[in-house]
Amino acid sequence: MTNVDARGRSCPEPLILTRKALIDNPEGITVVVDNVCSVENITRYAGHEGYEAAREEKDGEWTLKITRR
Amino acid sequence: MKKNMMVIITGAVIGLVALILVALGNPANMGFCIACFLRDSAGSCSLHSAAAVQYFRPEIVGIVLGSLVISLCFGEFRARGGSSPVTRLILGFCVMVGALMFLGCPLRMLLRVGGGDLNAVVGLVGFIAGIGVGVLALNSGFSLRRSYAQSKSEGAAFPALVSILFILTLCVPALFLFSESGPGSQHAPILASLAGGLAVGALAQRSRFCMAGGLRDTMLFRDMHLLWGSIALLVVVLAGNFILGKFKLSFAEQPVAHTDGLWNFLGMATVGWGSVLLGGCPLRQLVMAGEGDSDAAVTITGMVLGAALCHNWGLASSGNGPTANGQIAVVVCLAILLVISLCNILKGGKKA
Repeated sequence: MTNVDARGRSCPEPLILTRKALIDNPEGITVVVDNVCSVENITRYAGHEGYEAAREEKDGEWTLKITRR
Repeated sequence: MKKNMMVIITGAVIGLVALILVALGNPANMGFCIACFLRDSAGSCSLHSAAAVQYFRPEIVGIVLGSLVISLCFGEFRARGGSSPVTRLILGFCVMVGALMFLGCPLRMLLRVGGGDLNAVVGLVGFIAGIGVGVLALNSGFSLRRSYAQSKSEGAAFPALVSILFILTLCVPALFLFSESGPGSQHAPILASLAGGLAVGALAQRSRFCMAGGLRDTMLFRDMHLLWGSIALLVVVLAGNFILGKFKLSFAEQPVAHTDGLWNFLGMATVGWGSVLLGGCPLRQLVMAGEGDSDAAVTITGMVLGAALCHNWGLASSGNGPTANGQIAVVVCLAILLVISLCNILKGGKKA
């Protein structure tokens, strides 16, 4: 599964990277971010686009597994 | 609609607090204006000598501390920085030059629209155009590159700095300048201003309220989530001004405003474009600085520097209109934004 590293990126760059990766890999991707704001934005976007985002937190970093609903 | 509730409440509360602060003494249509308040605070610290706009605004301190406290409570305080700080300083400077051409940040722009000021509608069109250009840059790969974790003391330094300055204004007022006439002399009582700032800072931290983010996300992702906050703010201010009999629809004779359409447009276009490149409007920068983001703190420093030079060099507009120096400065700032946009577009495989 394609991995997007969006740690440290300003809003809304993590979402732009996620959107681009989902266009290239419509079956699903994994995104790593390091702030709650990006987790919320990506989860909301995934929902709009017919995906679901499962999150896992470790040491202040979140891994979001985005798959088709 | 439920997921939008927090940002709608934030927008409504900002509108309400703005109306209350004006009733308590803040200048008309200026219950909240981050650009004006940073400009007044810069003047109070003797960074510029425009006698009419010198007052250390407690709202600024409240917003930063409100965001700091609530982010600590919810475990969201995160010391971070190192994402092109000097570029951000320059962008903050450009945003302030644009805001002082128009006479207000995006927040005051909406407060002015809600008071019937049609010049602010022209400013809003410019703001939308500027955000559109910023969105083009983002879609082309614009990035100020990533930030990194910093020490807790680095994250706390900016909130500590504004707190110390605020305490000094109370304990050693002789160090500071306070306007005796003009907008700087008009202010709500200190405690009311501080409380208003704390409430707005805390709510804006929780909801991620951002004046630039709402329009940006609507253009980029057709996501109106943040925009609902701005809409709620406008509705509350419009209703409040109608009820209080303060709504006056006109271009002429609006408080702390001028009627030069072209420069109102270009001023706010500069603010919109710069805010998108920075990742948030001036209010959002204050909130992020409270959350431990030292890049946002550097951006605010750039805004304060911009405010000081705008008055020292005669770049800021007044009710009489823009100055020739100010017009040159806005054109130069638009050119700087173009250069920064082009220089920071990362190509395909290039890592941030």
